[in-house]
Amino acid sequence: MALLEVSDLRTYFKTREGEVHAVDGVSFNVEEGKVLGIVGESGCGKSVTSLSIMGLVQNPGRVVSGSVLFDGRELTTLTDRELEDVRGRSIAMIFQDPMTSLNPVLTIGTQITETLRRHMNLSSADAKKRAIELLEEVHIPDAARRLSDYPHRFSGGMRQRVMIAMAISCNPRLLIADEPTTALDVTVQAGVLDLLDELRIQHNMTMMMITHNMGVVAEVADDILVMYAGQVVEQAPAMDLFGRPEHPYTEALLASLPHLEGENVRNGRLVSIPGRPPDLLAPPEACRFAPRCKYAGLDDCNVVAPELREVRTGHWVRSAHPTSERTAVPVGAGAP
Amino acid sequence: MSEPAPSAASRNGEPLLAVTGLKKYFPIKEGLLIDRTVDYVRAVDDVSFEVRQGETLGLVGESGSGKSTTGYCVLRLLKPTAGSVRFDGEELTTMPRNALRRMRREMQIVFQDPYASLNPRMTIGDIVGEPLLVHKIGDRKRRRRTVEELLEVVGFNPDFVNRYPHEFSGGQRQRIGVARALALNPRLIVCDEPVSALDVSIQAQILNLLKDLQKAFGLAYLFIAHDLAVVREMSDKIAVMNHGKIVEMGSADEVYTNPRHEYTKALLASVPVPDPLKMRERKAERRKLKHVLAEAL
Ligand SMILES: Nc1ncnc2c1ncn2[C@@H]1O[C@H](COP(=O)(O)OP(=O)(O)OP(=O)(O)O)[C@@H](O)[C@H]1O
Ligand SMILES: Nc1ncnc2c1ncn2[C@@H]1O[C@H](COP(=O)(O)OP(=O)(O)OP(=O)(O)O)[C@@H](O)[C@H]1O
Ligand SMILES: [Mg+2]
Ligand SMILES: [Mg+2]
Repeated sequence: MALLEVSDLRTYFKTREGEVHAVDGVSFNVEEGKVLGIVGESGCGKSVTSLSIMGLVQNPGRVVSGSVLFDGRELTTLTDRELEDVRGRSIAMIFQDPMTSLNPVLTIGTQITETLRRHMNLSSADAKKRAIELLEEVHIPDAARRLSDYPHRFSGGMRQRVMIAMAISCNPRLLIADEPTTALDVTVQAGVLDLLDELRIQHNMTMMMITHNMGVVAEVADDILVMYAGQVVEQAPAMDLFGRPEHPYTEALLASLPHLEGENVRNGRLVSIPGRPPDLLAPPEACRFAPRCKYAGLDDCNVVAPELREVRTGHWVRSAHPTSERTAVPVGAGAP
Repeated sequence: MSEPAPSAASRNGEPLLAVTGLKKYFPIKEGLLIDRTVDYVRAVDDVSFEVRQGETLGLVGESGSGKSTTGYCVLRLLKPTAGSVRFDGEELTTMPRNALRRMRREMQIVFQDPYASLNPRMTIGDIVGEPLLVHKIGDRKRRRRTVEELLEVVGFNPDFVNRYPHEFSGGQRQRIGVARALALNPRLIVCDEPVSALDVSIQAQILNLLKDLQKAFGLAYLFIAHDLAVVREMSDKIAVMNHGKIVEMGSADEVYTNPRHEYTKALLASVPVPDPLKMRERKAERRKLKHVLAEAL
């Protein structure tokens, strides 16, 4: 049994313009001890997926259907109090911007000990001792002294380390990290990613890493889920996804990345994907990528919605034209 | 639009842009009634580089390293504390205002944020045509024609002139910014993080556009970005900035394949690349550079 099983999750937002289908039939499993990377462009539903799992979707949003099984327990039907308990102890989350999750008027020490006392029932002396240990664990120098500092005295990278310390303080089994390094410089990002890796192994944590950065998932994830317009379009083990991408979107996305390495990079052109992701108020009815896909032609791409299917062991794709099944040149290519 | 005639500078073999010993210090003030300068932020601290016609110099570095300040000083949107900026053989730092105005036609800027940098109350046509109006170029009809041509150059339907920025996506807005920068037929464009706010699938569209325009019009770019892959993709030469100084400069291939400075090595080893196999090597490299990376914390 997987630690987390999400099936056919749908989360919609009621707005004046209509219903935004932010997450529209998302299913995936996260195996115990593994790292699942969720990657996709802005607005494709990554954050709403994780908020839905945690029961944190705010009005006007609502999980309209689907199931979230954590260690065999259904989360979507829990009461707020029960959820609160799950969030503190079993599943923890870290966000992109630590400043919005840290209280600027409380010291770092107060914030960490408060979490510890609430969820772990520690005395105030024990909580303080544990807080110092935690800060040391995330490699904040001079931890004991820094407990009395306010968040603004910390750099962006340090604040994210504090958030990580708070997230692991109750030994969660699952850590959901939503763009934890996006606001950071690359050298600082590298440090935070290394830290997460170290802690994950030490604490036996399962992890979901949400990011728009293909490099970050390549670095940390065992399995990767590619999202597009509220749906999962591809899922595969990391090696297989980067080595043999199947969905035309994943393929194009990888080809559109600028190159850090290689020869004569400067004189080449990048592959670009025409157009932009669809409006989730009224996404294309069949394949959501069809309007931008160079393989969508005169066939039923605009009529039949493709299902997520397994093209080889462990490699799932939602497209009528996965790479391994394409023989002909793309429609329109080669035409004068 | 047409390729600019060879400039005075290139005729003499001088680079189009030559920056020497550039410094920009911002005073840090303290005091309740009377401000007292207690110290300076050395945002740019003795920086020198050259950019030739048709060439791109990439400026990389982390947040706060002084990249934007350097770009602003080059265009004299900020007055440098010291140093020389020569454009087309003429010194800009001491140039009187009216002469500077004329020079500004040849040097333009594209900003990072396509949402904040376009006036929401102006139509696309007015935004792109504003520089022409400000510099009193052509009559109304002629300006309108130029604007339509410019929109076409950046891949837009010329009929969009009467629309407003909010009707367009980030990538489309960035194209509008590029069209505007091209309006005066400049020779140098400072691109300050032109794709940082865009999704990858849109980034490629803008990077390709900038490459095409450079080829067509012989533009020179000072290309500023913190994304090392983006900079490599665009640049002939690369300068790496750290704490207001250029720590390493050379041809793009040289700097990326054979970095000499410890900071450049650390920076490169930190970039996550979309290749799980390569990541392992990079992690090992990063471990070797721990001392440099520790400083970044
Ligand atoms: N409160 C809301 N009201 C209406 N629509 C919303 C709301 N919150 C999110 N959405 C929509 O849901 C979709 C998914 O948003 P989500 O935040 O999950 O994207 P994301 O993949 O995390 O993007 P990013 O990379 O920018 O963080 C978007 O199209 C967004 O506009
Ligand atoms: N007007 C100003 N007054 C005081 N300090 C400033 C001013 N503008 C910039 N600085 C400081 O100068 C330094 C360099 O800033 P600059 O904006 O040039 O960095 P950058 O490399 O462009 O960073 P980023 O990648 O974040 O855009 C920073 O420490 C910044 O805080
Ligand atoms: Mg998000
Ligand atoms: Mg800047």
